[in-house]
Amino acid sequence: MDITEDTVRQVAKLARLAMTDEEVHAMAPELNDILSYAQQLQKVSLEDVEPTSHSQLLTNALRVDSPKPSLAREEALRNAPDSDEGQIRVPAVLEG
Amino acid sequence: MNYETVIGLEVHVELKTKTKIFCGCRNASGAEPNTHVCPVCLGHPGTLPVLNEEAVDLALRAALALHCHINQDNKFDRKNYFYPDLPKGYQISQYDRPIGEHGYVTIEVGGVEKRIGITRLHLEEDAGKSTHSIDGTHTLVDYNRTGVPLVEIVSEPDIRSPEEARLYLEALRSILLYCRVSDCKMEEGSLRCDANISLRPLGSETFGNKAELKNMNSFRNVERGLEHEVVRQTAVLSSGGTVVQETRRFDEATQTTLSMRSKEEAHDYRYFADPDLVRVHIDDVWMESARAQIPELPQAKMARYRRDYELSAYDAGVLTAEVEVARYFEELIAGGVPAKTASNWVMGDLLAYLNSTHRTMDQSPVSPAQLAALIGEIESNRISLKQGREVFRLMAESGKSAAAIIEERGMVQLSDESALGSILDEVLANNPKSVEDYLGGKEKALAALVGQTMKATKGQANPGIVNKLLLEKLAGKKG
Ligand SMILES: [Zn+2]
Repeated sequence: MDITEDTVRQVAKLARLAMTDEEVHAMAPELNDILSYAQQLQKVSLEDVEPTSHSQLLTNALRVDSPKPSLAREEALRNAPDSDEGQIRVPAVLEG
Repeated sequence: MNYETVIGLEVHVELKTKTKIFCGCRNASGAEPNTHVCPVCLGHPGTLPVLNEEAVDLALRAALALHCHINQDNKFDRKNYFYPDLPKGYQISQYDRPIGEHGYVTIEVGGVEKRIGITRLHLEEDAGKSTHSIDGTHTLVDYNRTGVPLVEIVSEPDIRSPEEARLYLEALRSILLYCRVSDCKMEEGSLRCDANISLRPLGSETFGNKAELKNMNSFRNVERGLEHEVVRQTAVLSSGGTVVQETRRFDEATQTTLSMRSKEEAHDYRYFADPDLVRVHIDDVWMESARAQIPELPQAKMARYRRDYELSAYDAGVLTAEVEVARYFEELIAGGVPAKTASNWVMGDLLAYLNSTHRTMDQSPVSPAQLAALIGEIESNRISLKQGREVFRLMAESGKSAAAIIEERGMVQLSDESALGSILDEVLANNPKSVEDYLGGKEKALAALVGQTMKATKGQANPGIVNKLLLEKLAGKKG
């Protein structure tokens, strides 16, 4: 399999997870095992099977365009660690 | 060396629904921060998005109007990235099955029609709004916009100049406005545009390194930003350099573009189908009902105006650029106004008045029926065109009808033959020399008498009627 420790670090970075070297070292073979297990599916012949994107055959679970009450602002802000002037306050972000 | 400019545009348009795309919060700008939010659009765990049918319908209508092939089976995917304005940590978008693909917009460049291809049109949710503190210590986030439905419209790299880019945007905006899909207000952010621009040696088939331009808040600034990039990239390439592939920001103050110096690590969005949302199937019935919602589009309307009303390309273009202007013009026609007259009034006094008072056509203080009535007063010679224009101004300012203003100002009497008759008698009595000259064969003396009459009526007499009455009276004196 091809999950290297670098791959683990990259995935951790994308998911904003802080991992120690030991954790990375342990995670690489674990992920490889999981992937190898799932890879058994590759052996199944799928020539006559339509690809799908969802486990449900259901389509068009739709909603009519009519407004529902929103949360009260105090309620909406309650879980935010910090707020200011009705807005959620976060550390400075300067998107490049 | 000569270079060819290659431009592609990415346009985001907010759809004019009542509610957000996946929850019942209102889709309305201008509210107090974080008052249109709920557990779904705040991305609380355990909530489920439910797709707004109207958002799909509007996206479908837009895709059809842009001649796209419709993927009748489409789906939503998650685009994963971290940013505070995106509470879930992913944006719900459409990746490999956008609702529309392979469309086009037609523009006219230097009298020649040109098609700009549309690669794709897909539905997605908007992010929240971040405000960065001036001292750089923190950022404030408002989630009212989070989950507002958007369509992203990506053009092919078919655009060859900054002017073509503006023409494409104008044509696109006009079509979307006609279809009532969005209000397309760039200054309010309901239409946003990013541009990719690169240069390549003329005749080359491969693309050069491109810059991505952001932060342009008007069509004019898109054009200016691109113009600056053409100059900048030409200088870099001409001096043997290489254009850096990067994101640049248009700076309104200097009219230039600046590197955003972001860490240019390749984005890895790890798209995958959103398991919270089932697939969308647009059947033929839905397709046809969406198609039926598309009105006559600006280019077809323009062709019809030229053909049926014999208007010039320029006039027809102005009258059809905005759907509200076209509607007003057509209501004048329906009110019995001749096409050329209707066109002159709309393009002249009406648009001038609206522009000078910073109003749009739907805010016109004079309705088409009111203007048609005014034009009727002029056509029937009750008032002169000059008086009519004054009446128009008074109508716009007071909201009164043409008839009321004509009555109030006593204008009607100045076109009235009996009222004018006594004024003319006075003019003739006071100008015996001119009368004598005219009777003696000097035809020019008539103009002097007309002039005196206009002076006596402070220019409010109908010159045609004055002329006619004078000739009658002078003929009487001859006999
Ligand atoms: Zn909501």
